[in-house]
Amino acid sequence: MQGVKIKCGLEIHQMLDTAEKLFCSCPTRLTQDPPHFVFTRRLRLAKSEIGEIDPAALFEYEKGLAYRYECHRDNVCLVEMDEEPPHNMNSEALELALKFSLMIGASIVDEVHVMRKIVIDGSNVSGFQRTSLISLGGSIDVNGKKIGIQTVCLEEDAARKTEEKHEGYVSYRLDRLGIPLIEVATAPDIESPEEAREVALRIGLLLRALGKVKRGLGTIRQDLNISVEGGARIEIKGVQYLDLIPKIVELEIQRQLSLLDIRDELKRRNVKEEDLVFEPVDVTDILRSSQSKVVKKALDSGGVALALKLKGFGGLLGREIQPGRRLGTELADRARYWGGVGGLFHSDELPGYGITKDEVEKIKTRLGVEANDAFILIVDSREKVMRALKAAYERAKEALEGVPEETRAANLDGTTKFMRPRPGSARMYPETDIRPIRITPENLEELRKNLPEPPEKTLERLMKEYSLPKDMAFQLFSQQQIYFFEEAVKTTGLAPQLIATTLTNTIVSLRRDNIPVENLTEEHLLATFKAVADGKIAKEAIPVVLTEFAKNPDASLEEVLKRAGLERLTIEELREIVRKVIQENREDVSQKGEKSFGKLMGIVMERVRGRIDGAVVAQVLREELKKAISS
Amino acid sequence: MEALSGYGPKVKELLSSVGASTFDRVKLSLTNGQTLEGLVMPRPSFGDPDVIVVKLDNGYNIGISAERISSITLVEKFSGKAQPTSKEALYPSGETPRGERVHFLSTGGTIASRVDYVTGAVYPYFTAEELYSMIPELREIANITTKTVYSIFSENMTPRHWSQLAQEIEKVLRDEPDVRGIVVAHGTDTLHYTAAAMAFAIQKAPGPVVFVGAQRSSDRPSSDAALNAIGATIAAIKAPFAESVIAMHATTSDDLILVHRGVRARKMHTSRRDAFMSINAVPLAEINPYTRELKLKTDKYKGREKAVEAYPRFSDKVALVKFYPGMTPDIFSFFSERGYKALVIEGTGLGHINEGLIGAVRDIVQQGVFVAMTSQCLWGRVNLNVYRTGVELLKAGVVPAEDMTPETAYVKLSWIFGQTDDLDEAKRLFQTNIAFEFDKRTGFEYYPGAYRG
Repeated sequence: MQGVKIKCGLEIHQMLDTAEKLFCSCPTRLTQDPPHFVFTRRLRLAKSEIGEIDPAALFEYEKGLAYRYECHRDNVCLVEMDEEPPHNMNSEALELALKFSLMIGASIVDEVHVMRKIVIDGSNVSGFQRTSLISLGGSIDVNGKKIGIQTVCLEEDAARKTEEKHEGYVSYRLDRLGIPLIEVATAPDIESPEEAREVALRIGLLLRALGKVKRGLGTIRQDLNISVEGGARIEIKGVQYLDLIPKIVELEIQRQLSLLDIRDELKRRNVKEEDLVFEPVDVTDILRSSQSKVVKKALDSGGVALALKLKGFGGLLGREIQPGRRLGTELADRARYWGGVGGLFHSDELPGYGITKDEVEKIKTRLGVEANDAFILIVDSREKVMRALKAAYERAKEALEGVPEETRAANLDGTTKFMRPRPGSARMYPETDIRPIRITPENLEELRKNLPEPPEKTLERLMKEYSLPKDMAFQLFSQQQIYFFEEAVKTTGLAPQLIATTLTNTIVSLRRDNIPVENLTEEHLLATFKAVADGKIAKEAIPVVLTEFAKNPDASLEEVLKRAGLERLTIEELREIVRKVIQENREDVSQKGEKSFGKLMGIVMERVRGRIDGAVVAQVLREELKKAISS
Repeated sequence: MEALSGYGPKVKELLSSVGASTFDRVKLSLTNGQTLEGLVMPRPSFGDPDVIVVKLDNGYNIGISAERISSITLVEKFSGKAQPTSKEALYPSGETPRGERVHFLSTGGTIASRVDYVTGAVYPYFTAEELYSMIPELREIANITTKTVYSIFSENMTPRHWSQLAQEIEKVLRDEPDVRGIVVAHGTDTLHYTAAAMAFAIQKAPGPVVFVGAQRSSDRPSSDAALNAIGATIAAIKAPFAESVIAMHATTSDDLILVHRGVRARKMHTSRRDAFMSINAVPLAEINPYTRELKLKTDKYKGREKAVEAYPRFSDKVALVKFYPGMTPDIFSFFSERGYKALVIEGTGLGHINEGLIGAVRDIVQQGVFVAMTSQCLWGRVNLNVYRTGVELLKAGVVPAEDMTPETAYVKLSWIFGQTDDLDEAKRLFQTNIAFEFDKRTGFEYYPGAYRG
């Protein structure tokens, strides 16, 4: 992959931790409880308005879906329900967006205009997302390289899809709708997978420096725009883990290069667009008594099996383009999306899946498939199969061109799958219910005086203020933990060194031991540090407590301590144990006298580790040892 | 330069120096060295007139202060290409509509408008083809004809407009017997006044007059306009009744349309879709806009008649005043001095006002002003026999309006004094039930509190 020229840009969406939502006074808090009430809506656009512009929107619209919205009385009001006009823009959120813009040296607009961006997948009850452009330009510095920032926008977050299944409805929960987001879009200046991660990290740190940003999974979302030379601009949505970014970029480069290879191979085989003809052939009779469960089930419920010949595609559908994903997978993604089918079979994976060699041969003969050709096969209701085959066919044709432009979704392993066609140019029009907001030079001057400390300054200050070793401080910085580190020091009063070690070393070694540390929240960490600072547990107990928290994220500190057998010892209880140990080792004590301390200390610690501080144990043991010797 | 009307002299000068106007593409160089390119947008009437609004290619509008612009160049004049050039292109004609004829009248309001994504402007639409294009279901329900009567905000409607509208409706009903029903698109704010007015003006008809509005403007995908219009059209065709009614959302969900009598309905919420409620009555019918079924909720109604009977005149010398604790007697003398023929008081509780005002009310009654009493409780019936104040008001000549809403009592008196100046005849008409505007019975289920459990 060395020497491949890529262009990559990032779009980072950071949820803000403001007291209220962007256009109403609801709190910015999510709820896991069952909803208090639900309502249902449909969205509509006149066809003339969707027109040829946006196939994705048109498709959503034509599905004719209704939306079911789950609400809680405490974080949803009539504004989210689109039953009341939006209120004025949240000035706390606007201030954060302005400060961020100043921090990157952007040119701030003199008047903010709130726009409506049409989104008709139901994730916005109104059918549009309110968004506003706050600044243009500016840049950040990453390892001495300047990365341009194109725009900073302030917008409302969408509702979140829930798992609730109801016939004919898509369910959304409205708690997240309206929470302010800062959207930062970089220029396509990124040239390597690792640089993408570093740019995201850098922007994340700057956002974090603002203070009032949400933390935890899902509160910062990265979209990537990637193209390799000769490929196409691919938008990858919803990357939630920073560490996944380099892998996604790498695998996307791999995918685009493989697709270009396939294109070249098709060229060599002299396959032309007119060679690919959409003439599905009914092969239901051939598969009538197939042993394939999928085929059997579909045919038994009245479905049909249609196959389509792809001239010149022999061996290419099975070619891997990302780990575990083939060109055939790309065709299947499209078939699923447009046809709503479960997937498709292609000749490179057959015979297989219960479809026999004999059946494959019969299909090949009927289709006139020759050595270099391939075919695809879909079994479902006729209408679905036709739509799905057509979609897969269109994707096959695009293989002749190389990489089709599309919006893809990130999988957890760093591969991506087709999500939807790239949206047409944004259909935006002014939000007439909100007056434009004038930003005066005086406003900006005032904000400039109150800008947060830049992350590098924070790093320097932390090293000095808390006497942190340089490598540890840098580790905190690169793990985006400098802010949490300082917060933990200030709120718990625990020794900075101990907190830093926990954040950098302890968690890493727990992860190595396969403890699910991704479950650990900042609340868990703060509770643990506080317990140590208060003398509730000893510092030695930190790994045990964090392990319990990671395994039981919903447990309280008390429950965790109980589970780990870590209820704190009183000095009296300790003294009991020490006396007992001395009693058990009477001989040693009478022989060696005070020299038995080391051995006894080891035994006592074994029994009380984590429940009381080692220094206290030593002191009590010394006292008791003295008594025992002198008696 | 009409197009630049929202801008101050600085921006106007800047733009005209390069011959640019709204929607033209310009390039701006800013004093900080940045350059921007986009379309010049019209200035909203609110805000700083020295800030020029530009639509960037990414769709966002931003405001740039004229002071920060060091130079401007005109890139391209607006071709108008982005705007709909022909109706056919925008509204592809489809199959011929099925179903009976429904005549749509528009008075304005948010129900009929669409947005142009290039300019961000909202355009009204109201031809049948436009309606079919925006709401394709209508083509399957009715054969629609349209006419725009006014294009005004509903708060600007007056009794004079009611008269004109009633005449228009009467004419259509008389001259075009194939019209199965009439749908009137109307702003929601005074929808119930106009709907009540038509109930008195059109007393017999071959079909209903169905008023419809939208609480969320139709330039948004979530608008209630389409579903309400579908409900209203179904009502116009399927209703066995021929009354003046209002068809609007029943709940916050897009599930059911309720048909309220105009004389019984009231807008009870500033913004919700289900803002309209029947007061002291149950709705006439409910409509499932998906199955297109209409279910009657009462068996008392005026049926469709062959003949048309209409009395389209209204008086503008009728007023509605709300009693409040600090009210002074001179308010009442104002109405008699200015020649008002009738006054509706919105009193407290069972129909009361401060006893210090009773003398002034007695005076204007004696001067020939018809005074009716309603309640600001809205729900329930006035009764002037229970307390001494009520008895005094009766003695002063005040006529209780039973369980009529204050608005309906006001519209009814405006209509009555459009027909007669005779006070005895007026009183007789006021106490006659003309369009189910009052009811001698008050059912338990007429009050929403009854459903709360």
